[in-house]
Parts: sequence; C-alpha cells; structure tokens
Amino acid sequence: MKRVVENVTCTFCGCLCDDIIVEVEDNRISRVRKACANGRGVFLDYDPTPGKPVIDGREAEWEDAIAEAAKVLARADSPLIYGLSSSACEAQRKAIALADLIGAIVDTTSSVCHGPTGLAMQAVGEPTSSLGEIRNRADLLIFWGCNPAAAHLRHFERYSLNAEGTLVPNGRRDRTMIVFDVRPTATSKAADEFFQVLPDGDFEVLAVLRALVQGKRIGLDSVGGIPLERLRDLTGRMKKCRYGVFFMGMGLTMSRARDLNVRELFSLTAQLNEFTRFTVMPMRGHGNVAGADQVLTWLSGYPFAVSFARGYPQYGPGEFSAVDVLVREEADAALILASDPAAHFPRAAAMQLKRIPTIVIDPMLNLTAETAHVYFPTCCYGVDAEGVSYRMDNVPIRLRGALPTVRPTDESILDSIIEAVKRC
Amino acid sequence: MLGIINGKVYDPSNGIEGQVRDIWVRDGRIVSAREADRGKAEIIDASGLVVMAGGVDIHSHVVGSKVNSARKFRPEDHYGHTRERTAETRSGSGFTVPSTFLTGYLYAELGYTTVMEAATAPLLAKHTHEELEDTPMLDMGAFITMGNNHFIMECIRDGLPEKARDYVAWLLNATRGYAIKIVNPGGVENWKWGRNVGELDDEVIGFGVTPRQIVTTLARIAEELDLPHPIHVHGINLGRSTSARTTIETMAALEGRRGHFCHLQFLSYGKQKGTLHRSEALKVAAAVNANPNITVDIGQIVFGEATTMTSDGPLQYGIHMQTGNKWMNDDVENETGGGIVPIRYSRSNAINAVMWRTGLELALLIDDPWRVLLTTDHPNAGPFMHYPQVIKLLMDRGYRAAMFETLNPRGRKGAMLPELHREYSVQDIAVVTRAGPARALGLKNKGHLGAGADADITVYADMEDREEMFARPRYVIKDGVVVVIDGALVRERPGKTLYVAPAYAPGIEADIREHFRKNYTISFDNFSVHPDHFPHREMVQCR
Repeated sequence: MKRVVENVTCTFCGCLCDDIIVEVEDNRISRVRKACANGRGVFLDYDPTPGKPVIDGREAEWEDAIAEAAKVLARADSPLIYGLSSSACEAQRKAIALADLIGAIVDTTSSVCHGPTGLAMQAVGEPTSSLGEIRNRADLLIFWGCNPAAAHLRHFERYSLNAEGTLVPNGRRDRTMIVFDVRPTATSKAADEFFQVLPDGDFEVLAVLRALVQGKRIGLDSVGGIPLERLRDLTGRMKKCRYGVFFMGMGLTMSRARDLNVRELFSLTAQLNEFTRFTVMPMRGHGNVAGADQVLTWLSGYPFAVSFARGYPQYGPGEFSAVDVLVREEADAALILASDPAAHFPRAAAMQLKRIPTIVIDPMLNLTAETAHVYFPTCCYGVDAEGVSYRMDNVPIRLRGALPTVRPTDESILDSIIEAVKRC
Repeated sequence: MLGIINGKVYDPSNGIEGQVRDIWVRDGRIVSAREADRGKAEIIDASGLVVMAGGVDIHSHVVGSKVNSARKFRPEDHYGHTRERTAETRSGSGFTVPSTFLTGYLYAELGYTTVMEAATAPLLAKHTHEELEDTPMLDMGAFITMGNNHFIMECIRDGLPEKARDYVAWLLNATRGYAIKIVNPGGVENWKWGRNVGELDDEVIGFGVTPRQIVTTLARIAEELDLPHPIHVHGINLGRSTSARTTIETMAALEGRRGHFCHLQFLSYGKQKGTLHRSEALKVAAAVNANPNITVDIGQIVFGEATTMTSDGPLQYGIHMQTGNKWMNDDVENETGGGIVPIRYSRSNAINAVMWRTGLELALLIDDPWRVLLTTDHPNAGPFMHYPQVIKLLMDRGYRAAMFETLNPRGRKGAMLPELHREYSVQDIAVVTRAGPARALGLKNKGHLGAGADADITVYADMEDREEMFARPRYVIKDGVVVVIDGALVRERPGKTLYVAPAYAPGIEADIREHFRKNYTISFDNFSVHPDHFPHREMVQCR
C-alpha cells in the first residue's frame, strides 16, 4: 500500500526545505518529490530496519549497551560530548542535561564550521533577518565565501536568487547577484558579477569596503587582487539598493583571520544601514546546527565550546572546543551524537578518539561508529521520528516522521544513559 | 495538606491587609479554613512574618528567540554570574540574560511564581515554547506580536475587521499565545524600508494604514474575543521627546476600550531646551488617572548593566547609533522585527538620571496602584533581580531622596520627584507585584490567597529594610510545595504554559493558507505549535 506524506522537512542542510513530498511503501520511502539531489539521500539511503547496539564490534543487548555507556561516562574524569547538529532539539536538550550531570565538555560541529561567526557576532553584533524577508524584499544579493549552488541546492529557488517575492515579483530579473570567492564556483557562474579575491585576501577587501562606505580616501590601486575602482563602484550600488543581503560561508570562517573576517563583514553590514537596509545571513550547513547553538545557549549561556567540569558552564573556544580537547589528549571518554568526527577532524584529534572509549549515537554506522566502544543505531529525525530543528535563519520547524518510529530515538537513548549514570 | 499559620496576610483582592490569618493548601490549591485538616497538615509557623500570593510579573523578556540571541551575543554578561548544579537542580549562567533554568530559580528565589514573556514573533513561537519547557518554577504565557502583521494590515486596508478578528483568534491558537502584543505599530514595518513612524496618522509603507488604525482595530478585537488580557501596547516614539504626547494620544484613541501600556517610563518624554528630554510624568499620569480603562507598568530603570531588546527594530538601531554598542537586528517576514543592544545605566549620566526619576514620578503620580504595576521591562531597564531595590524606592522616601542626590545634577534639574512624598504601603506593594498584574492579566487563580487560588505563596520576614525583606523570602510555595527557604531554592518544579484558545470561523484558514503560500518560507501546515511542545500547560478561559 502506498501512502503519501506532504510538507515533510528535509534535514540535509540549513535550508530545512519543508515542502517535500514522500511516498511510503512497505515501511520504506519509495519516492521523494521536490527534494534536491543532496536531500533525496536523506530519505532514500536510510534503512529504518531496527539494528542492535554494538559493544567493541559485537552486537549487544540494549540494556547492556546503556549500562556500559553510562559506566564509561560516569568514570571518566574529562568526558567530551560532541556533535549534536544532525539530531533534533529534543535530543540536544538531553545531551546538555547529561553533560551537566557528568561535568562534561560540550561542543558542536559549529566549532569547526561557523564557530568564528559566533565569535564575530559576540564582538560586533549581527544585523540579520529571516529568509522570507530576503525572498520578499532583497534586490541585492552578495554571496561571500559560500557556494550554495553546490551545498544548499534549493537556496536560490526558495529563498534568494530565483524566488519570486512581494517586492521582487519577477524573481531573478528583479535582483542583482554578486559573488566574492577565491575561485570561480557554480555559484559565481550564476552571478551578475564575480569578484575573485586572492586567497586569504578577504579581510583586506572587507576593511577597504568599510572605509569606502565611510567615504574615506584609499591610497591603493587594488586590494586582495581586485581593482579599487570596482570596489568603489560596488559600494555605491550597495548604498543605493532597497534591501541588500550578504550570505557568508566557510570561505570567511575557515581562511586566514577567521572570525576577524566575519567581524569586518558584520560591521560593514551594520554600517550600510546608515544608507539603506542591509542584513547578513550565515549559510549554516547541518540541518539543525542552528538548533544546537540555540539549545546549548539557552541551557548554558554559550553557543559552543562549553565545559561543565567545574559544575557550572564555562565558555572557551580554543580551550573547550572538541579538536583542541582531543589534540591535547584531555578528553578521556567521548560521546558523539549524530556526527562523524573521525571522518572530518584533523588526524591527531581523530586518532585520540580511537584511543579513548567512544560512544556513538547515530542512525548510520559511520566511520566514528565503526571504531567506537559502544554504538547505538537510532532512528533518523525527520524520516522516522518527529522533532524540532532550526533553519539557518533560526526559524524553528517541526519535523514530521513519514515512517513509524521503530528504532529508538536519540532522545530516549540519552534519557536511559542519564538514568543509568544516576544509578552508577 | 499544608498550613501557613499566624502570618500577617496581605491579600488585597480579598480585602485583607496585615491581619493575622491561616492559609490552608490542598492539592496545589488554597482551600477555606473549613476544609482544613489541621491534624494532618504540615505546618509553617509564620508568626511575625508577612504572607502574600506569589509574585506576578506582567512584562518580562525571559524566553525565546530574542532573549536567546542576547544570551549568545553577550558572553561577557555571564562571566561571574554562574550557578553550580546540585543533586536537585541544573547549572546555569547569566545576569541580565540568564539561562533558562537559572531564570526560573532566580525568579522563584525572589518570590515570583508567574511571569509573562512580553514579545514572541508568531513565526518563532515554537522556540518560545521550547524554552518555556526548560524554564522551571514559573507559570508563564507569551504575548504574540501583531502590531506590524501584514495579514492584519491588509484586513484593515480592505475594511475587513471581522476577518482580522478571525485571523487574530487563529494566530493565538496557532502560536499558543496569551495576549495581543503591539510594538511600535507600523514603525517596525517601515524600518524594513529604513524608516519609522512618528505620528499616529503616519502611513505604513505599502499598506496605506496608520498606527492609529492598527491599535484601535486590535483593541476592539481583544474585547470582541473576550481575551483575559487586553492589547499590550509598546507605543510609537519610544525614548523620543514626542513620546509623552503620542502616548496620551494613543490612550485617547482607545475611546474607553481596555489597554495595557507597558514600560511607560520609556514613553513619557517631552521636549525642552538643550539635549535632554523632559519628564512628562505629570501629564502622562494625569491621562492614566483619567482613563480607568488603562493599566500600565513602569519599566523602572535600575543603575547598572542592562540589555535592551525589543521588537522595535528602528529603536534598537537608534540605541546602537547613540551608544556605539554592538547591535543585533532580526527582521521577521510578514510579522515583525527586533533588535538587541547592551547598555549600562549610570547615575552620572544625565539622560539616565532623567529616565530614573521619570519612572518613579509615574509610579508616585498615578493614584490607583491597581493600574500601575511594577516592572523593569527586564532586562531592558535593568534585570528583575533588582525589584527589591525598586520596592524600597517606592516605600522609603528617605532612601529615594538619598539616591536622587547622587544623580547627575543636569539630570536632577527641574525634577518633580523631591516634591513627591508618597510612600507605598506593604499592601500597595502586594497590589503592584501580584494582585494588580494578576487582575490586569485576567488570571483568576493568581495573585490572591482566597479559596480556589493556585497555592503560589511567598512568606517574607517583616524587615525595616524593604530591599532586604523582598530580596530574600523566608518561604516560597509553588503549587502547594515549598520550593524556596531563606531565599535559596530547595526544590525544582516544572512550571505551566498559560495560553488562550479563542474561537474563530474556520473558513479563515483557506485565506491564511493562501497568504502563507504567497509570502512565507514555511508551509502553512508546519506553522502551528505542536501540543507536544509543551506537555505542562493550562488553558485560560476567555472571559
């Protein structure tokens, strides 16, 4: 029997497109409509067949795996809880409760992604908007160090370049698109104008743009590989647009100067509001990485790199960020929730994860899970479980479960671990 | 069964002012003495102590998107303001913007048991409800911002007030909100064009409606829907020298309909020579006194750290430009906007001095304490932890005069405050901190100690120093359970989310669905708050 479920939300990226239609046959998703190439895999590649937890490579009973995980975490002197961004807020809340209970260090994938964006926001603020304001108002779109044409495939269609909005009824024809990047990309091909910045030249270009907006004289012919005249011309257009938006990505956060690049961009955005309206949108990657920031912040006061070791939350990017804690060999046990650091972290950090007892909670047996001490195969929020996720603009969306929930949820596993730790 | 016996009870709703009474509690409710089973009751001997209902805060920013952005963007606010976990309670951090569990604990330790979140954007209501679930100790409701809502403005433009009414009712259901909030009507929409409004009859760009029409339409809708709380208004021109005039004009525009005007201090200024605004507390208080349909809260500023956060986008940009402090802005599609800027109020700053005395002048010039309620518009004018200081300022004119003397001389010039000798009584404080807000909110089970009320009770030592007295309750009881002893939390309890569910014609949903299709980036079917978001909840009946 075929069943059709509408208004399903895809959790692949921070776009959280919530208009997906899925068809269900024999308790598997048989067809997906409207999702992009990235998103289809979320629904079609996932096998909801219940699995058994694994301890040291051998299948185990659920209660034994819970007890083992609790024992490891309760005995650890400096446990690390990492990941969170591909789970739902319900589970994230439990992960923080567990961290508070055992005095763990908590870090999310933000720390290797938009962590510097958070630092910049803390330094200078962030003029932003919901994606609908961009869709309905924005006539000037400037993408900087991000490549949505490859990473956020429906961004143009739903929120930015091609979307038809109330003040931009003709979509693409009513908008000007500009791209800054160190190389031509699929995104820059869609642009009206491309500014190729020399690698690690973003800070200088941004600083000069700020000076030009303020009307300062610049004694240079070019900056960051871009002729000054082009930048001067651009600032004029920025000031004259109706509603301008910067979209920024890891080209700024993970290149030289990191958070300082983002500070310049956020300050430039704020400055432009003296002339017109301008906002900035960080292009968040993981489906609920924005939610991880939100949940950790409302429970601890800080968005990432938080230690509960002293009994209260302490903030320390660089000190309590997962990579640093692992490279310094400080963490003596780890719980990884819905993430695959073994595949993405620097080698030294990934090696340390292998040396310490690691517990993985994830729908997929990923690389980290393969060498984990304990692995829990859980359900996939948005496919076979309901939950809340936050879009890149911090709009919360309730995920539907198109399939019945048969596997345990991340939340229920964490809850069981919390109860077991309390008994340890 | 719990008995609080021999205490001096201050229960203005039931006409009790300091008489010795016993209060009996069963199953989380207050019961009459006849129903008391003295033999089986746990007894708190309150001899010599002051007994009041739990505090009710009518306007505070404690949960949701804007508050959490402020937490995130102000790590410097949290350093040194931390709480360790215990076997019973969670850890937390923050001063002007504490984390959620800590917020619940701090309010409870101050004797407060009910708090209203003052502004939630409909699109972000789920976020508010998620945080409410993580905010223990307090029963809370959320005010839903509607003063710049496109659907409502279109209904007004098209002359369809009934359609607007059905939409408002639908929206309150969809967001599980408690009341209609209006913030700078029209001005926040105009901010999306880099503009603002300055007069009640200015035009909202693209809609051809006016702030006056928005306020009066929503005031009428609140009455027609029999909502327990009327429109909750943050008017136009906040902080400007035209604010007193437009505040009085807005009150007049209601033509006798009910309305609550929040943090009035920020909206009671006039022009004078020089750069300083003038306090127009006398004129504004006179307007309040003359309009029994109006309630207000003060929004008293407290010297020290604060975080300004409102849905008033252009205002927040103005504060950023004026102070040079860092600025958050968030424009929310089709609905509202907002911003955040940290601030520090200082006695040596003449502007802050005028603000400080304007708040107190209002509190002392408005005759009826039932209509002038105590707030600091937390954390805009100062964090709620400072309420005891504000109480002392209201009750002790010597203390007030001494603090006034420490202010910037320019800010003191021409002040009316030194001539105001009124001192609030303990009963007045019971009115402005519990009975009054509960009545204005239409919460029949809150703010009093009569049979049937929720057993939310605070017991204070009767101390001469009123600040000390109100800063450290001897006991706080929530739902009949002792949760605070000697100012320290002893037990955590979940709070409830309070919401309303007014009826509407279901036919409106087709129009709203079309509005979503055209204008929103999320599906109509994914907009409403799911009941699972808040297992701890209580519907408050429309009147």
